[in-house]
Amino acid sequence: MTRYLSDSAMDRLREAADVPDLSGTRYQLVEKLGQGGMGGVFCVEDTELERRVALKVISVPDADGMLSARLLQEARVIAKLEHPGIVPVHDAGVLSDGRPYYTMKLVQGKRLDEYLGTTANLSDRLRIFLRICDPVAFAHAHGVLHRDLKPANVMIGPFGEVLVMDWGLSKLLQTVEATGQGEDRKTGDVHANSTTQLTAHGSVLGTPGYMAPEQVRGDAGLDQRADVYSLGTILQFLIADASPVPKAMAAIGKKATATDAVERYQTVPELASDVAHFLDGLSVNAYPEGPLGRAWRWIRRNQVWILLLLAYVLARTLLIFWRPR
Amino acid sequence: MNKALLGLLLGGILGVLDGLSAWFTPAVRNQLLGIVIGSTVKGLICGVLIGFFARKVNSLALGIVFGLGIGLLLAYAVAAMQPGPNHYYFEIMLPGGIVGTIIGYATQRFGEGPQAATR
Repeated sequence: MTRYLSDSAMDRLREAADVPDLSGTRYQLVEKLGQGGMGGVFCVEDTELERRVALKVISVPDADGMLSARLLQEARVIAKLEHPGIVPVHDAGVLSDGRPYYTMKLVQGKRLDEYLGTTANLSDRLRIFLRICDPVAFAHAHGVLHRDLKPANVMIGPFGEVLVMDWGLSKLLQTVEATGQGEDRKTGDVHANSTTQLTAHGSVLGTPGYMAPEQVRGDAGLDQRADVYSLGTILQFLIADASPVPKAMAAIGKKATATDAVERYQTVPELASDVAHFLDGLSVNAYPEGPLGRAWRWIRRNQVWILLLLAYVLARTLLIFWRPR
Repeated sequence: MNKALLGLLLGGILGVLDGLSAWFTPAVRNQLLGIVIGSTVKGLICGVLIGFFARKVNSLALGIVFGLGIGLLLAYAVAAMQPGPNHYYFEIMLPGGIVGTIIGYATQRFGEGPQAATR
């Protein structure tokens, strides 16, 4: 007689098999934090430093070792990008079952899409956006393309720190000189030999709705403008419930997400500069304005000055004509 | 330009203009020079005090309140020193308070604060 395991029993077996064997490491499992396409992320206790960190390990079959190489390369890319807006990698190694892992700072915050419920102010949201641009621009300056920027990959920490997460799809953009070794690493994907839009598991690299058209098409030679597009979609996400969306801001979002990469902002700093100009009440490149528009913007930008000077002139004028009896 | 210097300059310029506005009052036109000098000195003192406050306290609201207070206080002192039965408190304190507010706002928004200590 054949006996089958129940679904719940199967789920428990899967969970048990998914739990990494941390014997032989300095880490003790605390809890599972999440599951990505190729690996799971766990909260573990670092027994030597007595602190909790996040540990990422592959949790799907990896017969050809491609995912292992990708995970290790991801860790190396993140380790290279030392920036306050990028989660630092602490350690990397191999578990007793042969699976590679790396540990990183445990971020206890909210994802951007969850965080937005707590701040409806457009200026606050745009300041957060500028802080998302910083690490991305930093990564580009170091020859790394993120390729999977979306609200779910941005974390807002408990002290308001903004962190760009999940560099698992990142790509080395340019020839980058390896520090201290005098050798060059050629342009290539972080995912080992993957040069197409498909992984070994047949999933699209990136997230539909946030990917640049050229990334969806699988064009060779993606550049930083693909991340500019994704940032543009994040910007549109941030301003979506503003009513009405200021025309200049809408124009910035439109330019950042132009279908043709040539019509977009060519770099992240260009996009960030326009957003910062908007916040400061200055003109933006994406939205040419006429003399009336310029005058109105100047008045709004200097309204306190204008009110104070008007108050002074009014007071003086009143005093000239006012005579006490 | 540091905040104290900005306050000093702004106080001086507004003080001169404030004093010159006495020209529109025929009754005191013959005392214009003295009024301009007094107003300028008042502006300079007001400006430097508010400028120093802005170096110590980084708050737009507090800067404006402090500027208004100093402007009113110095204007009150000037009015109280006026000879004769009429002290013109209202005529002197109203613009004085507004000038202090303007300097308070300007020194909080503009001008360099003190540099962080470096080794």
